Formats: sequence, C-alpha cells, structure tokens
Amino acid sequence: MSSEATSNITGADGDPQIAAELAETGLIVETPFKRFVSEFLESRVAMGALLTLAAIVLAAILAPFITPQNPYDLGQVDIMDGRLPPGSEAFAEYTMWLGSDGAGRDLFSAILYGLRISLAVGVTSGLIAIAIGMSVGLLAAYVGGRVEAFIMRIVDLQLSFPAALVALMLVALLGKGIDKIILALVVAQWAYYARTVRGSALVERSKEYVEAAASLGLSHARIMFRHILPNCLAPLIVVGTIQTAHAIALEATLSFLGVGLPQTEPSLGVLIANGFEYMLSGKYWISVFPGVALLITIVSINLVGDQLRDVLNPRLKR
Amino acid sequence: MTAVDGTMEKLEGQLNGEDAPTLVVENLKTHFFTRIGAVKAVDDVSFSVQAGEILGLAGESGSGKSITGFSILGLIDPPGRVVSGAIRFKGEDLVTASPERLRGLRGNRIAMIFQDPMMTLNPVLRVDTQMIEAIQAHRKMDRKAARQRAYDALEMVGIPSPGERLNAYPHQLSGGMRQRVAIAIAFLNEPDLIIADEPTTALDVTIQAQILHEAQALCKRTGTAMIWITHDLAVVAGLADRIAVMYAGRIVETGETDDVIDRPLHPYSVGLLGSVPSANKRGERLNQIPGMTPNLIGLPPGCAFKARCPRASELCNTTPDVSELIPGRKIRCHHPHLEEAAQ
Amino acid sequence: MTDHATSAAPLIEIKGVSKRFVKRLDFAGKLARRLGAGLEEETVHAVDGVDLSIAQGEVVGLVGESGCGKSTLGRMVAGIMPPSDGAILYKGRDIASLSGDDKLEATFAVQMIFQDPFSSLNPRMRVEDIIGEAPVVHGLVSSRNKSDYVDEVLTKVGLDPELKRRYPHQFSGGQRQRIGIARALAVKPKFLVCDEAIAALDVSIQAQVINLFMDLREEFDLTYLFISHDLSVVEHISERVVIMYLGRVVEAAQADALFAAPNHPYAQALLSEVPRLDQRKRDFQPIKGEIPSPLDPPPGCHFHPRCPQAFEACSAARPLLKTIAPDRISACHLND
Repeated sequence: MSSEATSNITGADGDPQIAAELAETGLIVETPFKRFVSEFLESRVAMGALLTLAAIVLAAILAPFITPQNPYDLGQVDIMDGRLPPGSEAFAEYTMWLGSDGAGRDLFSAILYGLRISLAVGVTSGLIAIAIGMSVGLLAAYVGGRVEAFIMRIVDLQLSFPAALVALMLVALLGKGIDKIILALVVAQWAYYARTVRGSALVERSKEYVEAAASLGLSHARIMFRHILPNCLAPLIVVGTIQTAHAIALEATLSFLGVGLPQTEPSLGVLIANGFEYMLSGKYWISVFPGVALLITIVSINLVGDQLRDVLNPRLKR
Repeated sequence: MTAVDGTMEKLEGQLNGEDAPTLVVENLKTHFFTRIGAVKAVDDVSFSVQAGEILGLAGESGSGKSITGFSILGLIDPPGRVVSGAIRFKGEDLVTASPERLRGLRGNRIAMIFQDPMMTLNPVLRVDTQMIEAIQAHRKMDRKAARQRAYDALEMVGIPSPGERLNAYPHQLSGGMRQRVAIAIAFLNEPDLIIADEPTTALDVTIQAQILHEAQALCKRTGTAMIWITHDLAVVAGLADRIAVMYAGRIVETGETDDVIDRPLHPYSVGLLGSVPSANKRGERLNQIPGMTPNLIGLPPGCAFKARCPRASELCNTTPDVSELIPGRKIRCHHPHLEEAAQ
Repeated sequence: MTDHATSAAPLIEIKGVSKRFVKRLDFAGKLARRLGAGLEEETVHAVDGVDLSIAQGEVVGLVGESGCGKSTLGRMVAGIMPPSDGAILYKGRDIASLSGDDKLEATFAVQMIFQDPFSSLNPRMRVEDIIGEAPVVHGLVSSRNKSDYVDEVLTKVGLDPELKRRYPHQFSGGQRQRIGIARALAVKPKFLVCDEAIAALDVSIQAQVINLFMDLREEFDLTYLFISHDLSVVEHISERVVIMYLGRVVEAAQADALFAAPNHPYAQALLSEVPRLDQRKRDFQPIKGEIPSPLDPPPGCHFHPRCPQAFEACSAARPLLKTIAPDRISACHLND
C-alpha cells in the first residue's frame, strides 16, 4: 500500500527522535483507536475494499431475504429453468440476472448461499486456528527453553509443507464433510498464528510492565492472558484477516477438486466445479460468476488486510 | 560538489570577514500541520554562532530544540514546514536554498551528530568504506588519500588503533566507539558548522566525559562552529561558550555560559537551575517547578511558561518580546530576575 | 562486607549474590563445536558475589555505569529474577525458602519502580486496573472497594483520582512515573527498588519525582535502594552509597564521606567526570579506555586497564573489600 497516503506525524527522514519529541508535547491526544480508524480510512482503495467486503458479508447473511429463490429447496427449483443465460426470465416469473445452472438454480441465489458457506467455513476455521495458535505461541514465548524449542520445531515442520498439501492429505484421510474440512483448514493454519503470537509475545515479555506484574506476585496465567496477550492482538488481527482469505481460497480449491464440501453443502468452490463441464459448450456463466464472486471476496479481504498491516505495524510507519 | 566549490566557499567566508558569524538564525518558525491542528514546534527563534564557538541549545522534550537543528539542515518533512524566518549560513540563506544545494552542504560544510550513531552509520558497510565515501562525495580525492584522511580523523577523536577500527563493521564497536566514529565522520570534511543532537545522552559517564573533552578540543582546533543540543544543563555548563535555553518552541534566554548558569534571568532558567540536586541542601526537598511541560497544541497566547511561573502577572498574557536588558544577554520575559543578576 | 553499624536489624540482606547469564549454543552451534569450531557457551557474570545489608528506613544509593550489574542486582532484590548464587534475606529469612503467606508478604514488601515510564505500564489497561489489580487479586481490597482504594493511592502520589479511567498513553512522562509509583504503593511495600526511576524524565519533572520519593519515605517509613548513574541525585537523597564496576562492589560508604573523598580510583574518576553545573570549561584528562565487556572482564581488579595508578598486583589478584574506615569499605590494592 502507498505509504505516502498515511500522513503520520513524522520528522526528518522519519526520525523517531522528532516523532518522540512531538509525541511528548501532547500532539497525540486522540485515542489510539480513533487514530487507527482515521489512518485506515486514508487509503481510498482500502475504504472501497472494506465497503465491498461489508456488502458481501451482509448479502451472505441476509441471503434468505434478498434472493428470489432458495436454491436448495427442491420445491422452488424448476429443472425447466436449467442452463438459462444471464437475464433470462425464470418459470416463477423473476429475472435470473446471472443465469442458472444445470439443475435450474438461479445463480445469483446460489452464489449468495455459497458465500454463506464459504465465509462460515473460512471464519470458523480461522477462529479455531487463532485460539489454538495463540495459546501455543504464547506458551512458547512465556515458558521458553525446551518447551519453546519443541513447539517451534513443530511449527517449522508444519510451515515447511504447503498448506494446500496438508489440507489435501487430511481430507483424503478424513473424507468429505463440513466438519472435516474445517479440521483440515485449522491444521493447515494454526502454525502461522503460533509463530505470529510468539514473535510479538517475546517482545512484550521483555517489557517492564511484565516485570512489574511479576513483582506484584500475579500468577503466570494472569500475566500471560491479561497482560501480554492484549498487546499481541494487533499483528494477530492482520495475519488473521489474510489467513481467512487463504482459508476461503483453500476450501474452494479442495471443493473444486471434489475432496472438499459435498454437493449438499455447495460452497463457491462446488459451484465453480459444477459449471466447469459446461464451459466448453459456451455456458460460461455457471462457472465464471461464482468465480468472480470468490475473487472479489478474497481480493477485498486481502486489501483490507494489507491496509491493517500498514496501519498497525509500527515499523512500516514513516 | 567539487573541490573548486569548496575553495570558493572558503574564499567567500574570508570575504565576509572573520568576525561574521558562521550561522545566523532569524525569527525562524517551523510548524507542523497535523490533523489535530498546527503545532508551533519552533516559534520565532533567533540566534547566531561564531566560528570556533560552541552554543549549547538546552531545553526539555517538546521545547523544539531538535526541530531547530533539523530546520537548519533542511530536513523537515511534511507535515512540517519552515513557515518563515531566515537561516543564514555564511551569508547564504538556507531556507530558500535548493534541495541540491542543501545536499551539497550537508555532510560537507554542515555536519550532524545524532544521539544514535547508527543514524549516521550504515550497519552493512565497513567503517573505512563509509568514511571514504563521505569524503569522495564532496571532493576529488583518490581512495588511498581518502583512507589516510579517515585514519587521521579517527586518531583525532581519540580512537585507539584506528587501522583496526577502519576495517571493522559498526556492530563490532562499542556504543562509545560508534559515537566517536560518527563524530570523526562529522569532522571529515572540516565543516564550518556541526549540529550535535544529544550525542552523549546514551553514553556512560566516563565515556561521555571523554567525548565532551574531544569535541571541545576539536572545535577550538579546527575553528568549527558547533551547536550542542541537550536537555542536560550540566553538560553544556562544562562545554559551551554560550547557552540558549528553549521552552515550548521559543528561546527564553541567551547569554554567556557563566552568566546564564550563575545569574539566570528568566524564571524558567531560574527554576530549572534551582531544581537540580546540587543546588539544594542534601536530603531536603528540592525547589521544584510546578506543573507539566506544556502541550504545544492549543497553547494559550502570551508567555508559554506563565502557568508554571511564580512571577506571572496579567502582562504575561501578551507574548514578551526578546529584549537585551543587559549587554550580551537576551531574554524573552516581562518579569526577569534582574535584581539577582545585578548582585 | 562488614555489617552496617546500625542498631536495627537489616530489612534486606544480600549475601554473596551472583548472577550469571549463560548464552547457550543452539543446535547449529553445538554441531559446529562437535566439528571442531572453537565455540564456547558465553557466560556473563552480571553480578559477582555482592554482599549488602540495608537497614529499615535507610536510603542506599547504588551507582555504576552500564554493565556494572546494578539493574540486575535490583531485579534480584525485587524478586523479578532469582540469583544464581547466594541468598536475599527479608527480615532475616531467605526469600527463596518462603512459601504461602510469608512469601506473599515478602513479595509485597519489596517493590520496584522502573526507568521507562512508557514500557513499564501496560498500554491496554486503565490506570484503575494497573493500580488496583494486584490488591484485588491478592485480597488486600475487595473488588467493591477497589475504586475508592485506587482514589486513595492516586491522591498519595499527587494525581487527580478523576483520571483513573484513562489509559497510560493519555498521561505525560512524569504522570506515568507517578502511576508506576502508585502501583507499587498499592500493595503497601516496605522497600522500594528505584531503578533509574527519574532518568527518563524531563529535567523540570525530575525534581518533582525526587520530592515525591522523599515525601513518601516520611509518610510510609519506606526504605530505598536507589539505583542511578546520576551522582548528583544519589548524593542528594542517599545516606549510604555503593559503587559497582563490572559486577563487583568497589566502594561503599556514608554518602558525605564518599563524596568528600572517594577512595577507589574508579570512584574518584566517576565523581570527577560527572558533568556538574559548578564546573565550567574544565580542562581535565578523562580516564582512558572503554568499559570492558562483561563477557570477558580483565583479570585481577576489573578496573586495572583503565586505572591511572595500577601496578603489578592489580592484574594478578582480585582486591578484596576491606574496611578502610568505620562504615567504609573499598576494594583496591592501594589500601594494602
């Protein structure tokens, strides 16, 4: 992201001394949260991405109320509507703006329902992976020594395999199903979070407020979770955002390959796979529109994540 | 920049006469325009430095002392800007000078020493590479001669076995050594002016003493003018010829070191000097200045020190002008401590 | 070290305390050593056999330059890190051997005030929680009375209790240091270890905080270990001064005696080289050389390579601390 867009208070050549001097004078009177928000919104691209993402999430959540059809209610799907091009009139007298698929489902409706599943899988696996990675990384940084060495070697090992390969092997072993794919995504992702949290926890651990907490006789658990953890959240949010996009893409990949979600729980990946056979017969829309929806979702999450990283990372500030 | 230019400048300096100050700053205002409002980091500051003279620029955090230094070097980045005033370096105005001209002067005629020597030193290059580059950037000199010059510069700042240090990387040197190398680099091209921004603050007492000693001797020997920026009056008391005390973006008092330290006129200088432990009786409460260092945003009009000043009156709601009530001593105050100074 | 001649039993006793930091080789390093590379585990003797006893109500100044181990010693006394050797006694009992309520009592009794007013306060906690957390967790105060208790402590350190809902970043450096002091006071300590507690503050604010320390001493009968590199501050508030160099005590004496005539050559150098307002444009020769790395300190007396009066014995044998006058010890071969 363009760094000149963030007009932080800096001095000559980003000299920290001047910045500190200005900070001392009370220049930074706004709360960190307000500053964070205004810095985030300084990039038009990031703001557009955030709005797009909000619209996508909202549309996915509200899908049952805004789609003309529930694509998985067999009573509402008419096989006579199959493979209609975009803009066709459906039998039930509504316009299929994005056309329909082989089974006669309205693609617009199918995409929104698919987004629900894709987002749910991505976010759920992300949250579980964060919980596991965070605890493990925090423990490694706090305890140190052999425990840290052991945990971090496992993390290194995990990270040396491509995430797609790990997930592919796991679903091949476990079989299909939404719970299994979430498990596979968690296994493929936790190590990123563990490494992120350990890195920032090591920095926080050496700060004097942690020593102060120790000399006040507070318990280790309290120091780890109440004192250190809240200060490690910023990088975790950044990694979490970008990893969620990865998870959604990974799930789509697995589903496209036919080892992910079953036909009964059609995510965007399943929709793309379903339309693939019609591609060569010129019925591009069945694959392309779900693909575009996936693309927009992932790109907007990544753009938001990039801006978060720029704003939250003190080293990139100049 | 070529050697010819360097000679021209020397000539110019001579034409202007030996007594003309190396640097004259007049009514300098550097403001920072932030979302929250304009910050008058430097607000109407005037001073001058002669060749071979050390001026101590003392102030607390937020007093604008570092920004003043950066303004002279033309290193103020947006949202900051020199709003008005003149910075005359040997007769040439630096405020209106082109960026190319400033780059030619920096590291050549005007050098800077930072609190953190790693601001000057490149961690991945050997000391000799950096020093030779610093020389060759501003004058034509072959590598061998430049290396010899670097060797001499290291020897000059009291570095033992300079040959070895030249081949070292910055991380192989101690903090004190690094600062010496940074000082040696500052003196490499025999500048007319050095701006030193708290160069000994991060160092230990015995190492600080060595560096103060070297810096003082070098200035006298080379005739370089020096501005020594610090928060520690005790450091400049032993080093500087003259002292300027800054508070909230303004110079409140200037004068000979002995005068300012022994007979301060401005209530802020009086309070500051009175609060140091050695001025008080052992074990007794110190004479503290009440209140906090002011917030430069939304500073009320008038004297910035009035809220903490025991002498403040209605009059202090108007900004005092700089006056020279005693020859050689400029102050910005409506109620200076003239009676004490007279004794 | 000889016992300090006070009638009262010492509040804190430091007995033969050492702290070593070992930088262990990682896997690659171990492998390289196996293959014959001359890699060794590096050991730093941060603190090397220090004895010190501090009586109830005393203010002891601990002075030295970087690498002398003063902060490490302070952290061991405050219970933040355990000593490698030796023992720290609180009211005659080894703190390491205590458990349960006794241990908690000793923990509360010794608190630390830190140098950096920015990193010493948790940026994500409100002032109210920073100060009130430990007393509530340990049951000194019920969570219902926490708010009132925090008000009381804040008033003691000269801060407006109205500000307690704020976060640390909303305060100036001096105010933050007061919050740090309030956090320590909230567990009713007997002994404060102040580690460069005013070094990071503005000059005009330093005097305020020093005054606060002196007021609190009166009010709560506090004992201080005041760690600083600033001799003028130590001279002002300490009754006794201990000077350390590279992990060892080189001289300790009553403050006025020590400042009047330092005995150890290092103490002499330190005292003469601190910038003072009353010393102008001096033309002195500062002592030569760098502070040696604590990884590889010189043999014998650690100071001998820089000492203007060094002779053969100085590089051969470690000078022992000797009583050279009542209440005064120094470790220099010149005293033999």
